[in-house]
Amino acid sequence: MDTFANLAAGFGHALTPINLAWALLGCFLGTAIGVLPGIGPALTIALLLPVTFKVEATGAFILFCGVFYGAMYGGSTTSILLNTPGESGSIITALEGAKMARNGRAGPALVTAAVGSFVAGTVGTLGISFVGPLVVEVALKLGPAEYFSLMMLCFVTVSAVLGGSALRGLTSLGFGLMLGLVGIDLQTGQPRLTFGIPELLDGVNVVLVAVALFAVGETMYLAWRHVEGGQVVRPIGKLWMSASDWRRSIGPWIRGSLLGFPFGALPAGGTEMPTMLSYYAERKMVKPEFREEFGTTGAIEGVAGPEAANNAAAAGILVPMLTLGLPTSATAAIMLSAFQSYGIQPGPMLFTQQAALVWTLIASLYIANVMLVVLNLPLVGLWARILKIPTPQLYAGILVFATIGTYGISNSVIDLVLLYGIGIIAMFMRRFDFPTAPVVIGMILGPMAEQNLRQALTISQGDWTTFLTRPISLFILLLAVLALVGPRLWGAWQARRVA
Amino acid sequence: MNATPQRAGTPGADLGVGLFVVLLGLLTLYASWAIPESPIYAQVGAKAVPYLVGAVLVLLGACLSAFALRGGWSGGLEEEMAAPPTNWRALGLLGAGLAVQLALIDWLGFVIAATIQYVLVCAAFGSRRPLRDLVIGILVTLGAFLGFSRLLGVNIGAGVLEGIL
Repeated sequence: MDTFANLAAGFGHALTPINLAWALLGCFLGTAIGVLPGIGPALTIALLLPVTFKVEATGAFILFCGVFYGAMYGGSTTSILLNTPGESGSIITALEGAKMARNGRAGPALVTAAVGSFVAGTVGTLGISFVGPLVVEVALKLGPAEYFSLMMLCFVTVSAVLGGSALRGLTSLGFGLMLGLVGIDLQTGQPRLTFGIPELLDGVNVVLVAVALFAVGETMYLAWRHVEGGQVVRPIGKLWMSASDWRRSIGPWIRGSLLGFPFGALPAGGTEMPTMLSYYAERKMVKPEFREEFGTTGAIEGVAGPEAANNAAAAGILVPMLTLGLPTSATAAIMLSAFQSYGIQPGPMLFTQQAALVWTLIASLYIANVMLVVLNLPLVGLWARILKIPTPQLYAGILVFATIGTYGISNSVIDLVLLYGIGIIAMFMRRFDFPTAPVVIGMILGPMAEQNLRQALTISQGDWTTFLTRPISLFILLLAVLALVGPRLWGAWQARRVA
Repeated sequence: MNATPQRAGTPGADLGVGLFVVLLGLLTLYASWAIPESPIYAQVGAKAVPYLVGAVLVLLGACLSAFALRGGWSGGLEEEMAAPPTNWRALGLLGAGLAVQLALIDWLGFVIAATIQYVLVCAAFGSRRPLRDLVIGILVTLGAFLGFSRLLGVNIGAGVLEGIL
């Protein structure tokens, strides 16, 4: 077993005191900065890039890996407590997590996110060490047609699972698709839906929209329905998870991890699709007695699954980055530039030419993962105290942080107008019972789906049957059709059997 | 929204939502029409998908409107039936807070604009001690500003106070 020997050597390098110190510093910085709304791992690593001028390569990459995993941990904290996700991967965590926090279950939500991240980080890191190269081989076989079909599957899953309110779910999706169109068209360079406003040429930022939908919209809705003197004390409740919480979390942790890693390893994967699919899968698979908790008091499965998927996908993203030199997320792109500033070109040769560096990096991922769970679990009690802040000061603070996070993106008032404007729409969406998650899904996947559609048709020279003649694409589309009509057929069959 | 909703609640408001979605779709169609024709040849051009999204939005808006005319949906929501009446005072103060931020951030800078916003939002949620909120607001916004700009190096713009610091 070559892998084991390499890994052992890697641990040998990573476990020196100086490298351990780098890992600890990275984990600490990553968690601290990841907690801030609007600041994700990509920005954090970008800010630390100057380190590469002073520190030797191994130390710098150990630091970056710590920041990378740490920011993932920190990102879930604000999603759960304040409903303000810091990066797109933790948007889904906010859906159930914030509801749990509001109902006195902030502690268990934070713990399941932290332990789930640990489980997923371990699965993901094992994946990098053992199956990474195999995943890349498969991924190279997927073309634009397959990716387009995959995104159709995502759209269908979203609207089909929404069930009764499919009309409103699709409207939300359409709104998201519209927001996703804003900006320069990547294939022809034409400005689209910018209404002559230069700030809109870069498109609408996804994190801005998520913060507007969740934090600003929610605050406005609460003001709309505010009752003078009716001060609600938010309970903190028990901090640790109960035996039932553990039982309910284990399945989602493992399913989320197994779902997340391959997606992260796909060259067009990312963390958004697996977190969404995990959320809807857990919502479908939850035991009937807990189904009511989804969307009302907050279900722990809806935090455990997506959070595990997020972290496993984040680990998976390192696979194409290291083995193909192909960055599939902003974070990976910045890490790639860090490699290049050391004169190292990631790619198929990296594992042979820079074996010591790569395996030390992988070993330090295992170490960072353990450090983080040790660092974060004691902090759960401290974070949960945020909920003790009285309502007026808490919501005023949320708006101030939402504003500074958004203004920091590009220093433009246009972004703030968008933030507040979409917040007002989100307030009405809440009033008229439109789901907000499909907006974000449409916004992220819409442009990707369009690119892949156009590339696939360019490759096939305008032949639309390309989606049906390529076997993998056909298989995914059949899955989508099944997801759309399957539940209805099943329901009809059940009804007939009862009758 | 009444304590005892008639049959199906508030079809008027629901119709408004449907028409808003139609309008959004028409706006998208107009904006798609305004996209300049690309000289670059492509199987599917830059305009096709925007047209499709606009058309789908119009269609969905029409469906929602039809649904609203047949009684609407939001009257039957449990949350809305139990909801207290609209709190115009809170919404007004919150709206003022947002407007102040938009008007002042480029002129007086983030710290001053956000502090005023903080006090107004606190008042919206029923805080009766504006002076205490002012002090907390200054501390929170200063802390946020210094953290973002000094520690992280994120540019939060220039303003009156920011220039001194």
